[in-house]
Amino acid sequence: MRYRSLRAIRTDIAAGNTSCSDLVRFYLQNIQDNAHLNAFLEVFADEALTQAEAVDAKIRNGSAGKLAGMVIGLKDVLAYKDHTLQSSSQILNGFKSLFTGTAVQRLLNEDAIIIGRQNCDEFAMGASNENSSFGNVLNAADNSKVPGGSSGGSAVAVQADLCFASIGSDTGGSVRQPAAFCGVVGLKPTYSRISRYGLVAYASSFDQIGTLTHSVEDAALLLEVMAGADEFDSTASQREVPAYSQHLEVSGKKKIGYIKDTLESPGLQPEVKAAMENAIEALKAEGHTVEAVDFPYLAYMVPTYYILTTAEASSNLSRFDGVKYGHRSEQATDLNSLYKKSRAEGFGEEVQRRIMLGTFVLSASYYDAYYTKAQKVRRLIKEKTDELLSRFDFLILPTAPTTAFSIGENAKDPLAMYLADIFTVQASLAGVPAISVPAGTDATNLPIGLQLIGRSFEEQELFAFSKYLTDNILVST
Amino acid sequence: MKTDINTIRNLAHLARLEFNETKEQEMLSDLNKILNWMEQLNELNTDNVEPLIHMSEEVNVMREDFAKNTVTHEEALRNAPKKDSDYFRVPKVME
Repeated sequence: MRYRSLRAIRTDIAAGNTSCSDLVRFYLQNIQDNAHLNAFLEVFADEALTQAEAVDAKIRNGSAGKLAGMVIGLKDVLAYKDHTLQSSSQILNGFKSLFTGTAVQRLLNEDAIIIGRQNCDEFAMGASNENSSFGNVLNAADNSKVPGGSSGGSAVAVQADLCFASIGSDTGGSVRQPAAFCGVVGLKPTYSRISRYGLVAYASSFDQIGTLTHSVEDAALLLEVMAGADEFDSTASQREVPAYSQHLEVSGKKKIGYIKDTLESPGLQPEVKAAMENAIEALKAEGHTVEAVDFPYLAYMVPTYYILTTAEASSNLSRFDGVKYGHRSEQATDLNSLYKKSRAEGFGEEVQRRIMLGTFVLSASYYDAYYTKAQKVRRLIKEKTDELLSRFDFLILPTAPTTAFSIGENAKDPLAMYLADIFTVQASLAGVPAISVPAGTDATNLPIGLQLIGRSFEEQELFAFSKYLTDNILVST
Repeated sequence: MKTDINTIRNLAHLARLEFNETKEQEMLSDLNKILNWMEQLNELNTDNVEPLIHMSEEVNVMREDFAKNTVTHEEALRNAPKKDSDYFRVPKVME
């Protein structure tokens, strides 16, 4: 039952060895047996079983969609009509979505089965899933370790076979970093590739919906289904969506760059460094060109990211006011105190810290010094990244400097936690696609992830090469 | 020192948040630490660089402007913590 690709599931369904109903029951049992991981906030057991019967019938009569057989979990930032949506926050207590977001609707249209809503860092702010108002999520490889964040529940759910695939969101690494920590594949597509209609906004010039899967092939299939123009999101790209999953073969030798300083950075765990070096050597041995490059902005990326995202978050989260939906303070005496007390009671500490930072960097006296400055540095980072990607087909770098760290290890120091994003924010600042793939384990059996960055809207090449990397390069290292 | 306790109180007001004295002090120390770290960016010369504002390549995506009821009155009020049959309720604004 531990399927690693939809292709294998469909083969077994066709052979009569399993069915969507069997699969849902298997995942429901696993969710129950692994309740201590705290990956799911809510399980739609009856609904998923009903959906499964309907999809099984469609498979029998030959009318099933592309995702028939896929049992999917949704990070608690994705709107699904008449289902609770809370962003793991108390401020959205009791909120039920009035509509289904575009990405989720497209999954349903292709007969995906939705099994539940997954724990995450509050409003997707965090790198360890320790900021959820519903408690920590535990890494299934070692329960004393974090799963990464913010899509921690979504990564663990795939890691521990609680569902087949998860849909998360990635603002600065929130899909890729937990994928690395949990040994699964995490994709952040090009900015604007997938409509954000129905995604709770954190930082709108960064936010992208992403996928957590066992295989690159299934990430390609999910993107193919979810991507594309949408009348409800004018920022979504109008570009045609290729049939990514149909063209996963690599042709010819590639040029791959790696940033020299990523391997020299002092916080880099030796085993992660070794995984990078082994991959580089194996790629060279296969005839690909791999070259070290200089990237002068490594140290500036995380501060730039945090100035811009906190600014955008302070603005986006102003909609939570205790009036229209969600938590409302009982202590309020007037309108201002209603806003203040509802927000102070409803938002967790990290969210409040980021709102405060964002309010500061946007305040009249500091706007140019922080916010405009960071927008300028973002241009430098994007231009340099695009320039590297004009010379190289891909950039390769670690997904995170370490494997999963211990619960509580970074919890008291916001800056230490922010630096967990050091290798993932580049693709987010530049708006380019990136994927994290499993690359072995460290001495304590914790998964290591390597990341490939590709050119804007060239997910096709990124998928093909990361599949090749997974199937041919990383297996031998 | 970028901020002092008065800045924190003013920011909290602007952001419609409120902190007790202990939390105020923690916020002050966190913000100062983080803002100092953010100032690394000043090491970079950005004199002739235009700020990067829009990340999507799409410009002026238009649609027909026609009236459409996407949410009913009842639905719009469904999630409100306090409401009557027609409106969201808030504490009295006018004395």
